[in-house]
Amino acid sequence: MEKVFKEAGLFEIYEKVLSDTRLSAEDGELLFSTTHLPALGYLANIVRERLNGNRAYYIYNQHINYSNICINLCKFCAFGKEKTHPKAYEMSIEEIVSKIRERHAEPVTEVHIVGGLHPDLPYQYYIDMLRAVKAERPEIHIQAFTCVEIAHLAAISGRSITETLEDFMQVGLGSIPGGGAEVFSTRIREKLCPKKLSGKDWLEVAKTAHRAGLRTNATMLYGHIETISERIEHLLALREAQDETGGFLCYIPLAFHPKNTKLEYLSSTGGVDDLKSIAVSRLLLDNFPHIKAYWVMLGPKVAQIALSFGADDLDGTVLEEKITHMAGADTSQAMTRSEIEHLIRQAGREPVERDTLYEPV
Amino acid sequence: MLYQEADLNVLGQLADEVRRRLHPKPIVTYVIDRNINYTNICISGCKFCAYYCAPGDLSGYILSRQELAEKLEETKSLGGTQILLQGGLHPDLPLSFYEEMLSFIKANFAIHCHAFSPPEIVHFSKISGLSVKEVLVRLIKAGLDSIPGGGAEILTDRVRKQISPRKATTDEWLNVMETAHGLGLKTTATMMYGHVERLEERIEHLLRLRDLQDRTGGFTAFIAWPFQPKNTALDVRPSTGQEYLRLLSISRIVLDNFPNLQASWVTQGPKVAQIALFFGANDFGSTMIEENVVAAAGVSHRLSEAEIRKIVTGAGFEPRQRLMDYTLVGESGAEGKGRRSEVRSQRAEVGGQKSEGKKK
Repeated sequence: MEKVFKEAGLFEIYEKVLSDTRLSAEDGELLFSTTHLPALGYLANIVRERLNGNRAYYIYNQHINYSNICINLCKFCAFGKEKTHPKAYEMSIEEIVSKIRERHAEPVTEVHIVGGLHPDLPYQYYIDMLRAVKAERPEIHIQAFTCVEIAHLAAISGRSITETLEDFMQVGLGSIPGGGAEVFSTRIREKLCPKKLSGKDWLEVAKTAHRAGLRTNATMLYGHIETISERIEHLLALREAQDETGGFLCYIPLAFHPKNTKLEYLSSTGGVDDLKSIAVSRLLLDNFPHIKAYWVMLGPKVAQIALSFGADDLDGTVLEEKITHMAGADTSQAMTRSEIEHLIRQAGREPVERDTLYEPV
Repeated sequence: MLYQEADLNVLGQLADEVRRRLHPKPIVTYVIDRNINYTNICISGCKFCAYYCAPGDLSGYILSRQELAEKLEETKSLGGTQILLQGGLHPDLPLSFYEEMLSFIKANFAIHCHAFSPPEIVHFSKISGLSVKEVLVRLIKAGLDSIPGGGAEILTDRVRKQISPRKATTDEWLNVMETAHGLGLKTTATMMYGHVERLEERIEHLLRLRDLQDRTGGFTAFIAWPFQPKNTALDVRPSTGQEYLRLLSISRIVLDNFPNLQASWVTQGPKVAQIALFFGANDFGSTMIEENVVAAAGVSHRLSEAEIRKIVTGAGFEPRQRLMDYTLVGESGAEGKGRRSEVRSQRAEVGGQKSEGKKK
């Protein structure tokens, strides 16, 4: 392989990777632009196996999207609706509880709860929601409310971010998902999601959560109008925040799905870009323990290939994932445990069912 | 050994090196064509097939001349240069039916006829009492231009007995190709993996193809795809993306005398097919204006020419329309010829010493 790295102009990066030396923004640019895809995968795989061995994680989880009503209406989103829209919905606490109850017989370890920024549901609704979920299934881990939602909840309650987080931790909040990061660049946010929490504030909420003792994830929505340098800036901002707090568990690159969004004229991401996004993030985010290939977004085939390009996690046996499917993801709604384990084994990896904090179940 | 043990990216890297050596220009080709299945009535009854119906079944059909003409007109209007004409092994149609079908097409349309896979040719030989060579000579006279590589499945008789006992044997399949090459026809070769075969049988398949190619040089391309289990009589799990990339890479490494490898977007979807361009593939296959057989097994990816071009460009290659013999469309005659001889000299180089003196 050394010969290839020389030919591909990646030899210096190869040496840095072998000696566990931090990569620069320029290295990131070079990696994104390489035409030697297997060589890139090989590099990412070195880091992946150093951190996670041969393990490939998945989780038995359940998704609940409590409402699609949203005051942000970002251009890349096919899920958010105005309150008056015929397809707008909000779930009552009873409905949410019954969704949890429906799957009582299944070994669900995590419930993932996210929704739109609702203009008038009160703070108490969210408090009651978590309390009711915990009462219905006390052992379940609640991963809920992206940094964007946390900031919104703080705004509607007039409480600080720290106070808000503490309120929710008291009623069962276990960790925070990585959504709403999109691309941190102000250029992108002004164009696509001007009403959304800024990149800087997103990172601030995440770091505040870490200081309050919560683990959180991070994402990037790639493949729309962002440049490669904006992607790298985003990754390096995450790396810097992680150096400060160490609270991020996992990074999840999310492929943009144009269907039913205001950016429908754009193409879906290619498989090559999907793999590069996984591999480069594995290489740049040297302080993130895990990189997830979210199979609902990528499809099972690409997600499985990604296990050789830096990813160590496929996410879960997801049920009722509404956000990506509204945007035309043609993957099925759920994979069974045996299907996901088969995928992992066929990739030569060892399947490990994990809980939210990556402890084996 | 390599197949089972090597890291996916090491395997991919080796395949990518072979691809770059054979195709130093960053070009990925595709052909505009349509699959036309003249009948779905078939006496073969292969266990992996979701498309056929047995003689006497009410859903059986034979395309009429009118339907055929409409499909051809549409193909031409979409810039199509060829048709892939195949069908089931019909019990009653005589050889003259196929000759007349070709003559009809050729009399009315200027289009390349890539037609009749080896099991069909063997079947025509049986129903007509003529030798394979005589059948081929008659079909060539009627307008046959080249032969598709279908029906190869896995070229070992152990597997064929299990999944397609009434279909052409390994030797019969290879004999049709060797005879066709001897008559100056170009053909492709395929493999359908991921059912009852063992890994070493996949390798054996590749080696049989490589040996024949050393003798004739008549194969233009190799295409592999996994068995699609839905609606068939075989109960196995669908093959995964990594298995596809591994098989493709191994094929590129082993089939050093095959000039081209196609990515199977129809079975793998556009994302994996794009990735495949770095794991040995240099061709995106066909636009498949119409495809029925894979769709019957529950997989229905569709791509327009524009989408194929976008996917290829997105991977950093220049998309180029080609013909069946891999000459590029849209180059002037001289350039086209130049390209042709370039391909030929590459092939000679790849074949190495073994293929010396085998050129016609």
